[in-house]
Amino acid sequence: MARSKDLVPGVGRLSRSQVFARRGLFKGLKKTEKPAAAEVAPTKEVTVGGANNGSKRVVPTQKAPRFYPAEDVRQPKKSRKSPKPTKLRSSITPGTVLILLAGRFAGKRVVFLKQLDSGLLLVTGPYKVNGVPLRRVNQAYVIATSTQVELGDFKVDEKINDAYFAKASSKGKSSAEEEFFAEGKPKAKEAFPESKAADQKAVDSAIIAAVKKTEYLHKYLRASWGLSKGQYPHLLAF
Amino acid sequence: MPATESNFQRFVEVGRVVLLKSGPQEGHIAVIAEIIDHNRAIIDGPTTGVPRQAFPYRHLTLTPLRLTKLPRAAGSGAIKKALEKEAIVEKWEKSAFAQRRASIAKRRSLTDFQRFVVMVAKKQRADRVHKAVRAAKKA
Repeated sequence: MARSKDLVPGVGRLSRSQVFARRGLFKGLKKTEKPAAAEVAPTKEVTVGGANNGSKRVVPTQKAPRFYPAEDVRQPKKSRKSPKPTKLRSSITPGTVLILLAGRFAGKRVVFLKQLDSGLLLVTGPYKVNGVPLRRVNQAYVIATSTQVELGDFKVDEKINDAYFAKASSKGKSSAEEEFFAEGKPKAKEAFPESKAADQKAVDSAIIAAVKKTEYLHKYLRASWGLSKGQYPHLLAF
Repeated sequence: MPATESNFQRFVEVGRVVLLKSGPQEGHIAVIAEIIDHNRAIIDGPTTGVPRQAFPYRHLTLTPLRLTKLPRAAGSGAIKKALEKEAIVEKWEKSAFAQRRASIAKRRSLTDFQRFVVMVAKKQRADRVHKAVRAAKKA
């Protein structure tokens, strides 16, 4: 397999193109066929003005470039690697209570709903309990507790995916400066979209119903988490 | 024998019940069967899962319990009989020392939610106590 033996650690004996030639992968069957490009005639006739120019002339369709790069510019190597999907920590399952450790809601206890395609975790406070809305978080910034909210066969609506959380693309013309000085007033806050508020309510209603089945769980989610003196997270059981 | 008895009650002596602070039997109790030297003793716990072995004092804690009249270098059989006769294991489990240890271990093993419930319970207790004290003061 290894055709390019190490010269010294990290430096192969053969260049990239030599390895490519020896591996011979180019001999394999081509899987795709490029659509045939429409043939373009190399020259065309144009009419020219001027009495002594004849009236027509054959010129190349594409002009030859007037300048050529003086130095060879190396093409960057195309990477064929693709990232693996993020592994979900085994201690996190739908309904697990998580403790957020970073961001605006650090210290809040939230309920895990599902992992999105991007690998981020979809969580909710629920909003009515502790003010944390439907939100994506990275599992690195989370403590998974052993407490579970029994969600049963509750499924989050498929429409709540990564695209759901994407920012609306900019609305064009008005620059930030213009906006700032418009009539000397701060701009009016945009209302939270009603459809999203409805989605939040739909998800939370199911979860709050499940939370109420366990005594103190509602209070627990409402309270925020912190360390007191002499407590070390690596020595605590969660 | 010293001329006057010491006030000190807990000695390293044959028959003293000890608590192991390290090793695979950490947290178990055993009995000193024989003193080897200033550093080690032979301990044995036939009813507590501690095999007969030499053990350094610095990895032992002396408990207030002791087997009376245990002869020096008693074998496992004799120690077992004595332990059962004096009900040492039951005495140990009932002692404040052992119960405190058990409660600390239990607290350590609580999950985040259980810790929270304990906190709420403590608050409720404190609230009741305060209210009772206030009512008693008024009367």
